[in-house]
Amino acid sequence: MPEPPLLGVAALDAHYGDFQALFGVSLTLSRGEVAAVIGANGAGKSTLLNAIAGLIRSRHDAILFEGEPIGDLPANRIVGRGIALVPEGRRLFPSLNVEENLLIGGQIGRPGRWNLGRIYELFPVLAERRRQASTSLSGGQQQMVAIGRALMSNPALLLCDEISLGLAPIIVRDIYATLRQIVGAGTAAVVVEQDIGQALAIADRVYCLQEGRVALEGRAGEVTRADISAAYFGV
Amino acid sequence: MTAWLNTIAQGVLVGGLYAMFAAGLSLIFGVMKLVNIAHGDLIVLAAYVALMVTDALGLNPILSLIVVVPVMATVGYLLQRGLLNRALGEDILPPLLVTFGLSVILQNGLLQLFSADSRRLQAGGLDVASVKLAEGLSLGVLPLLQFALAVLVIAGLHWLFYHTRLGRAFRAVSDDPRVAQLMGLDNRHVFGLAMALSLAIVAVAGVFLAVRTNFDPATGPARLIFGFEAVIIGGLSSLWGTLVGGILLGVVQAIGAEIDPGWQVLAGHVAFLAVLAIRPQGLLGGARR
Repeated sequence: MPEPPLLGVAALDAHYGDFQALFGVSLTLSRGEVAAVIGANGAGKSTLLNAIAGLIRSRHDAILFEGEPIGDLPANRIVGRGIALVPEGRRLFPSLNVEENLLIGGQIGRPGRWNLGRIYELFPVLAERRRQASTSLSGGQQQMVAIGRALMSNPALLLCDEISLGLAPIIVRDIYATLRQIVGAGTAAVVVEQDIGQALAIADRVYCLQEGRVALEGRAGEVTRADISAAYFGV
Repeated sequence: MTAWLNTIAQGVLVGGLYAMFAAGLSLIFGVMKLVNIAHGDLIVLAAYVALMVTDALGLNPILSLIVVVPVMATVGYLLQRGLLNRALGEDILPPLLVTFGLSVILQNGLLQLFSADSRRLQAGGLDVASVKLAEGLSLGVLPLLQFALAVLVIAGLHWLFYHTRLGRAFRAVSDDPRVAQLMGLDNRHVFGLAMALSLAIVAVAGVFLAVRTNFDPATGPARLIFGFEAVIIGGLSSLWGTLVGGILLGVVQAIGAEIDPGWQVLAGHVAFLAVLAIRPQGLLGGARR
């Protein structure tokens, strides 16, 4: 029997009250793969990540992880299964210092390669600032903490929601170089981005959302810019 | 001169009790932005629990804490999981109304069970024992014990908040409950533990209140006011602030009472309003969480 894909999203609908944000979205990801999810503002990209992470509940079998249905599990149980979200806007805990932000990410105690020491090796600047308030860091450093915090739970799947948002291009390049190291070590990832160039460069597969539906999907090397423009704007 | 010194010393010691009223309130507001209107009635409930325990087991009230603290902590956890968590949400009004309703229910429930007679816990000599510091200046053993416990409770809370896993969880859930879930924290459980801790402190405060003064089912709301005033004077979300606020309130009330017994409570209210007018963030507010 073939091994099930790491993540299988099948005909996922998502609602905010009466408003439906996702319509029958399907997505498949194998172990160690990276999927880029692109699309205009309001296309449902963040909603998709929030649904996978459990912040939005969905149908029991709409999301399968390692072959098991997790669609209706709450977020605090999903992280223990091995899915970690780097939320949009970083969302560090302001009353926790840098190290406490990292430690709380690892408090579920899921075994794996990541620990405080490894995170400090990955982002040496954080080790220097471990006792500082997370709010005193630059945007790029805060993003490092947010990524480190997610890694501390030793995820098999890392969900990154617009990690380039509001950062200088040179910082974005560094962050993506680090992300490449992380996925290179075997962690799968779903990367939501407005910056299509960064997203396509790191991804194996690309999904383009438009108004809550998958408008385009394919291998990252095979979709053309023209395909993307068409799917992006629906023209 | 010693008369005034005496007044101030008594005020400081009473302030310890107010600080304990305030610490439980402040903790709950800090972690889940819940204003617990039933806090005063829960203090009175703790006093009645202590009354039942001392009657049934023949324990000294101070020793009865061994039973009353875990009982109240359990009540707190169940209250949070069974009732208050259902009311918490974006809107702060529903939980406020629920605790208001709870306050009414507690007062009337206690009235049904224990009648309106005022009661008091007898501490077997401990309540009248005192230490003489100088001519005209002696401090009661019980108030001293109560003050020492208040300092210990607040120091303990501070340590818990800033040096333990649970404290880290409290702060994270308070900062951003949605993202806290992504860390594997079950907010409902964390809130339950916070309420358990709050009511454990309420238990200590309730027992000392019951030894100090008479209580009856209707005395809760006045304790709530003192607790609120101490929190606001000291500064919201500052743990040491609750001690400072409690002491200031106690001293001002003692001075007011010394001038005219009718001014005791009024003087406290005036001090509270003055702080609110001059330094609305509280004396220690904004300096450090």
